[in-house]
Amino acid sequence: MDRIVIILIAVLFIAAPARAAATAAPEKLEDLYLGEVLYYAFQEDWFEAIARLDGELAQYHHLDEPQLDTLYPHIGLAEFAVGDFELAYRMHQRAGRAINAVINGNVSDPVRNEALYRLARIYFQKSQPVNAQQALDRIRGEVPQRLQADLAFLRAQVAMVNGRFDVAVELLNRLQNEKGLQGFAGYNLGIALLGTGNEQAAWQQLDQTGQLQSSERLALAMRDKTNLVLGEKLLAEGNRAVAKDVLDRVRLTGPFSDRALLSSGWADAGQEHFEAALIPWSILAKRDVTDSAVQEALLAVPYAYGKLGVYSRAALLYGHALEVFSTEIDRLSASISSIRNGYFLDALTRPELQQDADWLVRLRALPEAPETFYLVDLMASNDFQEGLRNYLDLHQLRLRLDSWTTDLAAFEQLIDTRRRYYEPLLPAIDARFRQLDSLMRVRLDQRLQIEKRLQSLLVAPRPELLMTAAERTNKDRLNQLTRQLKEAAQPLPAAMLERINRLQGVLDWTIQTDFDQRLTATYTRLETLNNDVAALQQQYAAFVRVRQAATQSYQGYQQTILSQRNRIVAARERVDKLLARQGHQLEEQAVKELQQRLARLEEFRIKARFAMADSYDRAALEQGQEGAGQ
Amino acid sequence: MKTIICMITIGLLLLLPAGICFSQQGGQPQAKGLDEQVQEIKSDVLAIAAELDQLEEKLLFPSHTQCALFISLAPAETFRLDAVDISLDERPVAAHIYSFKELEALQKGGVQRIFTGNISSGEHRLQVLFRGQGESGSQVERRQDFMVSKGIGPAFYELVLSQQGLTLKDR
Repeated sequence: MDRIVIILIAVLFIAAPARAAATAAPEKLEDLYLGEVLYYAFQEDWFEAIARLDGELAQYHHLDEPQLDTLYPHIGLAEFAVGDFELAYRMHQRAGRAINAVINGNVSDPVRNEALYRLARIYFQKSQPVNAQQALDRIRGEVPQRLQADLAFLRAQVAMVNGRFDVAVELLNRLQNEKGLQGFAGYNLGIALLGTGNEQAAWQQLDQTGQLQSSERLALAMRDKTNLVLGEKLLAEGNRAVAKDVLDRVRLTGPFSDRALLSSGWADAGQEHFEAALIPWSILAKRDVTDSAVQEALLAVPYAYGKLGVYSRAALLYGHALEVFSTEIDRLSASISSIRNGYFLDALTRPELQQDADWLVRLRALPEAPETFYLVDLMASNDFQEGLRNYLDLHQLRLRLDSWTTDLAAFEQLIDTRRRYYEPLLPAIDARFRQLDSLMRVRLDQRLQIEKRLQSLLVAPRPELLMTAAERTNKDRLNQLTRQLKEAAQPLPAAMLERINRLQGVLDWTIQTDFDQRLTATYTRLETLNNDVAALQQQYAAFVRVRQAATQSYQGYQQTILSQRNRIVAARERVDKLLARQGHQLEEQAVKELQQRLARLEEFRIKARFAMADSYDRAALEQGQEGAGQ
Repeated sequence: MKTIICMITIGLLLLLPAGICFSQQGGQPQAKGLDEQVQEIKSDVLAIAAELDQLEEKLLFPSHTQCALFISLAPAETFRLDAVDISLDERPVAAHIYSFKELEALQKGGVQRIFTGNISSGEHRLQVLFRGQGESGSQVERRQDFMVSKGIGPAFYELVLSQQGLTLKDR
């Protein structure tokens, strides 16, 4: 299990891991949909995050009054986050554009400088160090505190790549005590010093970094790496004793321990200390046999025994190495076949592996999958990692496109069902609605007339207009009686006329004196009517909306769906082509790596075979001599 | 000098990100071309996704009936949310069991849209139940009923969970 852990550390350490986005949630979140975007981003589901944020921003930019939208207080964050997420999703071209937009926008110095830092990182990652330098040169004013060390480190890296080692030395000198860069700053300073030609200071710096005290895993791995590089350099120069001391600083459990043990043994062997060399080599020979240093140790151990004159032991160990190499050659051949048959790519895209931090370990356990321990170095390399991530992204895109094709079919079915339901119903509903609509318009007109009349009564009171129906009948009757009596042949009795006049007077009195009260009552009733009218209008509007929604629920989608389907089909074709190309590239890289290991093992096997025969001869000769002596 | 160059190469290989290593391995033009094409197809598929989202919303959740429920955690909340069950008018509409990543995303301030559906205008009964674990390892289970009033436009409700209970915000 230790070996597995070491390999995983090595993968994490050497590969440039996907950088987590820096976007954080605002203190007070006003826009729930932005919160949803962040929910996906925090899970590193970049596709969902970008797709949703793109939608939100597009909607926002089409608003007439964006200041009324809930995204308004967060628009700066949202614009910045797009570039950030795109960068994390390895869409460097779009990320560059988005970040440039932020830089050229009306933003504060810290925001602009952070954007410039990110832009510089993009250029640096894409092998454009001159552009990276130009972006860094544009940084002016306040830089966020949390970025200052990273920015200085990036400046140093860019300076080194651009050959400005003196600038890098100055920057890295200032970063020596930076906690997050422990080991990295020291190692890079050593390399930068080498670049300036100051070899002595460089070796001193590397020696110092090789003795770094830290409890951080990455810093310790960096220390090991420094000691290995320094030790191997000293060994190559023939300074074996010092090389041995430096190499022995490498931890026995670190990711560089195998190579360090091997070189440590060679440092001893170079000084003819074969017994001492046997110590690191024997430790190494018991480790995982897929490691190239371990395979070399399988030959180195019997070599040391041979040098010590223990030929029989050497012969036996060469025999063991021969056996191991043959087994490994078979495994490698099987692994190459497995890759050629597509099992490698199948295994890489298994969903359960992508959820698992120990995916590399699980991968090798799958039936028919290649022996991935041989591919650790390759898998840890940046170009393979980039290719692998692209391959996995493309695979995810294909799954999405497939799922959308199914969705579109479901949408069409839904639209069809709606059409079949609504189309027979709507004509009758529309006819009835038209009737009610005209009735309603008449009533609303009447109400308007009444309101106007009441308004005019306020200016010129006309009590007769507020008579009740009974009063109106009575008044008509009295008028009729008066007319009849006047037209009668005989003169009227005075009492009757007086009576009619009195009744007329009573009626007029009531109408006149009750006018104010009647006017008020009429207004009150009109108010009640107004409420009813408002409710009616609301119902009317609701009906119109629902009616419109009914039609809209199945009309006008055909063209959109057709165009989406065409786009999906086209995208699917392109994804398939790219997937095949990317997959082929990964397979070729893996096969090439395995073939190199295979060739090396075959070479080792030949060496082991000859060395074994030689050792047997020497052992037999020795035995013969001993026998003769006795 | 050769050794120095070799050392620098090793150093840069170790510390520099992808692009630099690529250029040193001779596969640059093809690899870059492929990478750019992958970026382009990602962009195209994102554009399709945006349009499909719009289509889906228009087709399935018209604005006059749309109702969306969001889940968030109260600031600095440390309890471990395990599951949420939601019913609307006595009908279960959403249930979710949280993975570690999802919980972490909520704790960082992310908001989960747990339900999008259609309801009529008027009063509706919303029942929420959530389960989790307190800092001491004690079981946390909270249930609460709310009456929500849906107008003629789309309705958005945020449920803010904390160990003490939950709050409904009409957004």
